[in-house]
Amino acid sequence: MRATVNGEQVELPEGLTVAGLLQHLGFKAERIAVERNGQVVKKARHGEEPVQADDVLEIVTFVGGG
Amino acid sequence: MDKLVLGGREFSSRLVVGTGKYKDFPTMKAALEASGAEMVTVAVRRLDLAAKGEASLLHWIPKQMLLLPNTAGCFNAEDAVRTCRLARELQLGGENPLVKLEVLSDPKTLLPDVEETIKAARQLVSEGFRVLPYTNDDPVAARKLEEAGCAAVMPLGAPIGSGLGLRNPYSLQMILEQAKVPVIVDAGVGTASDCAICMEMGVAGLLVNTAISGAKDPVAMARAIALATEAGRLAFVAGRIPRKLYGSASSPIGGVIGS
Repeated sequence: MRATVNGEQVELPEGLTVAGLLQHLGFKAERIAVERNGQVVKKARHGEEPVQADDVLEIVTFVGGG
Repeated sequence: MDKLVLGGREFSSRLVVGTGKYKDFPTMKAALEASGAEMVTVAVRRLDLAAKGEASLLHWIPKQMLLLPNTAGCFNAEDAVRTCRLARELQLGGENPLVKLEVLSDPKTLLPDVEETIKAARQLVSEGFRVLPYTNDDPVAARKLEEAGCAAVMPLGAPIGSGLGLRNPYSLQMILEQAKVPVIVDAGVGTASDCAICMEMGVAGLLVNTAISGAKDPVAMARAIALATEAGRLAFVAGRIPRKLYGSASSPIGGVIGS
């Protein structure tokens, strides 16, 4: 299936959860926040929240800024 | 003690510093420490899908420093609100309910879009955020942001990163006269004296990034800016003498020899 992750179209396996997606993409950083279709997915729900075809996901962290 | 209170939190230092545009993390860490700041701003950005496990900013921010997430780079209220929600999630439920709200209008001047800022502020306040909004040096905008429930107002001294210092002290004076929340000058500081000038006017605090990170020696500049901020505050509390057009002798007029 295809979904949009951080503005890029990516091909993903079926049946992923948000936690599975982060693993699939290789993200290990301790501070990651995920928004799925405009709604924040709380960390406690990463293991159950599904990722579906045509989802729009934003995966963010803190960077330097003023 | 003369503390800065923001959204129910007390700060001994009246300086908030940014973490952007340092040449490397060790320099940033040394500068943050030299600044004596207790709160530092951070931005929220997409993780790079190609770069995994890169060095994390947070490892280089001293542990005792509170993070103040910003909405830098947002050009409308909706993106700013979404960014704050993600920032809250990044803080694992919210060590700090304070957010720096910044909604820009134009990439060249980086001047704020006040209309969108006020809209975002209302929404964020209703969601429990303690909002510190970057705004124009406009007393009307400052009043509206205060009425929206913001925990402070943060007028610019000059455009972000311009280093032009306080360009309109009279507008700032009007904002200071009317505001019932702390006024923090955010943006425009170029060097230490700009900090002292703002603080002497009675500003509650300062937010500084480029003046430190862009200095030839950021660590020394951080210290200079910390000292100027403290000096300016002390001078404000001490109460300066009125300005007079003519001289006024410091030594007695009478008793001069040969008179």
